[in-house]
Amino acid sequence: MAVIDLANPTRFLTLVNRVLPWLVAATALAFAFGLIRVAYAPDDYQQGATVKIMFLHVPAAWLGMMGWGVMTIAALGTLVWRHPLADVAGKAAAPIGAAFTFICLVTGSLWGRPTWGTYWVWDARLTSVLVLFLLYLGVLALYWTAEDPGRGSRAAAILALVGAVNIPIIKFSVEWWNTLHQPASIIRSGGAAIDASILIPLLIMALAFTLLFFTLHLAAMRNEILRRRVRNMRLMQATGA
Amino acid sequence: MNALLALLMRDIRLSTRVGGGALMGALFFLILVVMMPFALGPDLALLGRIGPATLWLGALLASLLALDRLFATDYEDGSLDLLMMGRMPLELAVATKAVAHWLTTALPLVIITPILGLMLNVELSAMGWLALTLLAGTPALTFIGLIGAALSVTLRRGGLLLAVLVLPLTIPVLIFGVAAANAAIAGPAPFGPPFTIVCALSLGSLVLGPFAAAAALRHGLE
Repeated sequence: MAVIDLANPTRFLTLVNRVLPWLVAATALAFAFGLIRVAYAPDDYQQGATVKIMFLHVPAAWLGMMGWGVMTIAALGTLVWRHPLADVAGKAAAPIGAAFTFICLVTGSLWGRPTWGTYWVWDARLTSVLVLFLLYLGVLALYWTAEDPGRGSRAAAILALVGAVNIPIIKFSVEWWNTLHQPASIIRSGGAAIDASILIPLLIMALAFTLLFFTLHLAAMRNEILRRRVRNMRLMQATGA
Repeated sequence: MNALLALLMRDIRLSTRVGGGALMGALFFLILVVMMPFALGPDLALLGRIGPATLWLGALLASLLALDRLFATDYEDGSLDLLMMGRMPLELAVATKAVAHWLTTALPLVIITPILGLMLNVELSAMGWLALTLLAGTPALTFIGLIGAALSVTLRRGGLLLAVLVLPLTIPVLIFGVAAANAAIAGPAPFGPPFTIVCALSLGSLVLGPFAAAAALRHGLE
């Protein structure tokens, strides 16, 4: 099935209904497998059991950023290719990305208390994730303010693109401004700095969370399509057509 | 070119006459700076230390104040539709409006900065440099704000939204602007690198802003 065929919402809905149960099952399996591996993962010699927060914190951070990536692609789809489902995809991704960013902030804060001795520091990475969260809130506010869903989606798509240009600049400037959080320790030259006993469960959990993201995203897209249909029906009813 | 000049003059004239918001930003800036000592206490040493940050934050908030007027009045009286249908590229027209907005709202801020700096006990020798950082940084604020103004103009109650959309995007300008101002006053870090980055941010937003704003208007008003 080509991407253009999916432009028909009804065909897309049939596809979602066919795929979604499998995706839910895969997510549940990945989580079960990952959580078992997490439970057997050794404690850190310095941080003890608190290191387990990482299995939630790091995937949430990745997905928070990926959410904006999905929104950026959807924004291109809305503005450049005018794909009818792209704005639905963008709108569905925003709250999910915001939620993962929020989870990242909260778990990071809870992890920071025992290891750094404080819930919050104005460190570069924390601050740039916080700014990402604020940008998500801006996009969400734009969706809430717009009365016509199509117009709101196009405005949010432009904001998503502007944000995609700006996020690296913000990240760079905030890093220049201050720093305490450790630098990237998984994807770096010279291989990962994490032992395999912790790295493998982490990657499984990342996979599980990614599956969760796409499950929620597809379900949210389906709900958004249905919500728009309900809205259209109500409008038709109100005008007496 | 003549059309752009006419648009520029029209916008300047509109905002300096009755009902325009030209000096409102500067007035707000003045009041904000005067409120600072009441909140912090009249400790001159403390005020001097946070002076550059206060002035930058004040300028940032003051430049937000008039931003929703950038397109709102033109949208209401229909001249925005004329601009969009005209032969002039919308990107250029939008950029011209932003330049007029900068000249009438941001430039007064830069001009009164030295006087406000005096009240905040900023060193006299550094006052010129401080004003220079604002002169280099405020175009970035205006052109980033331009995107927000274009996005919010078609939405009812868009004005409230503007601050939420624009402020996170201005963080880099604030960071490097304050860094350059602090470097000019206290050292020991050099003034050059943060200042040139502020200039780069201004030039970058000068390119990005009009295109994004024009796209927002086209998609929002079609």
